[in-house]
Amino acid sequence: MRLAKDYFADERQDGLNQIGQGLQRSDVPGHVTGKTAYFADRTFPGLLHLKMVRSPHHHARIRSIDTSEAEKHPGVHRVLTHRDVPHNVYTILILIQIGPEDEQVLAEDKVRWKGEAVVAVIADSERAASEAAAKVKVDYEVLPAVLDMESALEPGAPVVNENHGQNYYKYDSGESRKVRFGDVEQGFAQADHILEQTYRSSPIEHAPTETTGCIVTPDGNDRFTCYTNTQAMFFTLDNTSIILQMPGHKLHFVGGTVGGGFGGKVDVTVEPIAILAAKLTGRPVSFVYSREEEMQVSSPRAAEKIVLKDGVTNDGRLIARQVWGYTDAGAYSRHSPYGAQKGAAHYPGPYTVPNVWIDTWCVYTNRTPSSAMRGFGVTIADFAIEVQMDKLARLIGMDPIEFRMINAYRDGDMKAHRQPTEGAALVECMQEAARISDWPLGERFSRMSSLGREGLE
Amino acid sequence: MTIRKGRGVAAINYPTGMNLGGDPSQALVHATPTGNFMVVLSSVDLGQGLKQVMAQICAETIGVSADQVTIDTADTDTGPHCMGTFASRGTHRIGNAIIQAAEEAKAVLLEVAAEELEVDPTDLETDGQGSIQVKGAPGKAISIFDTALAAHFKHGRSISGRGMFLVPRSYPETETGAMKPSTTYAHACTVAHVEVDDETGEVTVTSVKNVFEIGRALNPKMVEQQLVGGSWMGISHALYETTEPYYPDREHGPVDFNQYLMPGPGDLAETETVVLERPAADGPYGAKGPGEMAANPQIPAIANAVFDAVGVRIDTMPITPERILRALKARAAGA
Repeated sequence: MRLAKDYFADERQDGLNQIGQGLQRSDVPGHVTGKTAYFADRTFPGLLHLKMVRSPHHHARIRSIDTSEAEKHPGVHRVLTHRDVPHNVYTILILIQIGPEDEQVLAEDKVRWKGEAVVAVIADSERAASEAAAKVKVDYEVLPAVLDMESALEPGAPVVNENHGQNYYKYDSGESRKVRFGDVEQGFAQADHILEQTYRSSPIEHAPTETTGCIVTPDGNDRFTCYTNTQAMFFTLDNTSIILQMPGHKLHFVGGTVGGGFGGKVDVTVEPIAILAAKLTGRPVSFVYSREEEMQVSSPRAAEKIVLKDGVTNDGRLIARQVWGYTDAGAYSRHSPYGAQKGAAHYPGPYTVPNVWIDTWCVYTNRTPSSAMRGFGVTIADFAIEVQMDKLARLIGMDPIEFRMINAYRDGDMKAHRQPTEGAALVECMQEAARISDWPLGERFSRMSSLGREGLE
Repeated sequence: MTIRKGRGVAAINYPTGMNLGGDPSQALVHATPTGNFMVVLSSVDLGQGLKQVMAQICAETIGVSADQVTIDTADTDTGPHCMGTFASRGTHRIGNAIIQAAEEAKAVLLEVAAEELEVDPTDLETDGQGSIQVKGAPGKAISIFDTALAAHFKHGRSISGRGMFLVPRSYPETETGAMKPSTTYAHACTVAHVEVDDETGEVTVTSVKNVFEIGRALNPKMVEQQLVGGSWMGISHALYETTEPYYPDREHGPVDFNQYLMPGPGDLAETETVVLERPAADGPYGAKGPGEMAANPQIPAIANAVFDAVGVRIDTMPITPERILRALKARAAGA
């Protein structure tokens, strides 16, 4: 890695004592010698293990649940259903006033995705818990499932989640988060070319080395300590407090070094039920996802569909951009309403476009709930925007870097969401990338700067 | 069969912190009797090295070496609230909270040193090496070790401080979408070179040249590990990864690392990394959050390089050999 110190040198104070020093990480010797302790390295006498009975159907009504055989299985201490969960229907963003509560800790009358938790079995060993889970009998009436966003948004589609009433999240702005800037129709009318393209992605797994999990101990003073690999300690504690209707001061969360998160450990999926299990059995309880659960049950990065319609002039100015962004939330909200509106804030990317029209939707389907992942709301948008920019450059016969340079935002430029640009540096990144790639740029492009409009008109 | 070469570019930006703000973090700092410093947080280290960066920020602010700072974190009985480690927010949000807490602690430190030296605290500065000296007269000095001892056992002063950082929440205007998503943005540009086998559809990324602008590289070695790791993840997203290869079909989902494909050591591209630093006005020592951004520009750069190589557009991620072959076949059928 090289620090290109020539750029923005007058804005920076170099020569500090600790800042800017490539000191060795204090935790690295522990990591590379295997001495770092993770939550699962803890052992407790009498530790019990929790395994989940999960829905085999995408969408089904639950007629009945029979746990009698499972309860008789050797080694089983307790079997939990929705009746045991004090506040069973929750949503995690309620903490920042983004409702409604829409998800079941353990399924009550319906399952809405293949893999949804229905019954929790707590036993002496993982094996006993798994064997007993296989003996739980759930009688399902299979319902029509909605598996893709197009079908979900069709009139008359089966409703995925009654807590929303329709198959999309209702923002205060309506069916989507909206950005309106300039006059996009007028922009298209003035354009020499219009290009409308559709981009898609499939769900992606966080693939952390360490799967999601926790170990809970009852502390004897009516408090519970939860050793967890959550990415957000108080966020998880406060949601647990709501779900279990247990005052926060009864809960003690201990985290530490996590074996990779990437956004996959900001949902609240293992801690509440494990704490409930520890409370009802009076024993320490471990609930750790298997690799299969991590890949197919734990929420992935959402699939997205993005339609971009752009108006461009022959001299390389992007003068109108219309965006329809769709995020496949799966059956429940989790963090998806947040991610979808983060997309609305992100378009049209790092470019100054005078006419912009954006709608981003959060769509419900009978699929594994998606949630946060590195680049939430932005990664797939950038794929779409930047492939589109390449197509536009080729359409008008311009070099793709020079085309981006013309449209890159400069300090002071107004963004579509009506914030002036500050601290821009895209032009300089492109100049340096062209330099190290032996990618020739026209003379005026090497004079350009994020600080002003030099070389533009 | 022909191996076809292509080149592609992409340029991006990325907001630092939770979209629309409203995501607080706190820090508490206190000195031990011998002038070491404890930083108490509830933030989580995901393996990216959060604790080391926080130690350097505290050390710089107070004027000691980073190994004299201990980070005690991720315990809700002791650590004050932190929103969490996500949204490229750790360094920016928690770092700012630590600077505030460390400055409050440092003010007490200088007051005690001033009494010991019989000078005015405003005339004092730390030298960054563990000593407090009179500005312009480095001969008149007292060590932080002696100052902390005096504070504890002679003056009865607690060398401690509280820090809190919050970007106020912005609420989008419903009709226009006017809002303040973030206070600062990181930037990147990637040029990718690929080879595409037009018989098998297989893509080899031969090189990625990544330029990142991240505000300030607080610890350049750790910046490098995050940017190189992120670049690998970008390549993996572009060409390999999905839990549902035939989305929206729910079948064929991988359940382990034999089935969930990612590039192995033999698939690593030659990676060049250049970092630019345009300090963020509200960043701790100018830092922005590059954690998420690191994995983004490679994806479209590779998609554009594949088109440059074989002349077909794959507008659905991931860009698998199957999708490339089907596109080549469709083009041949149309020609």
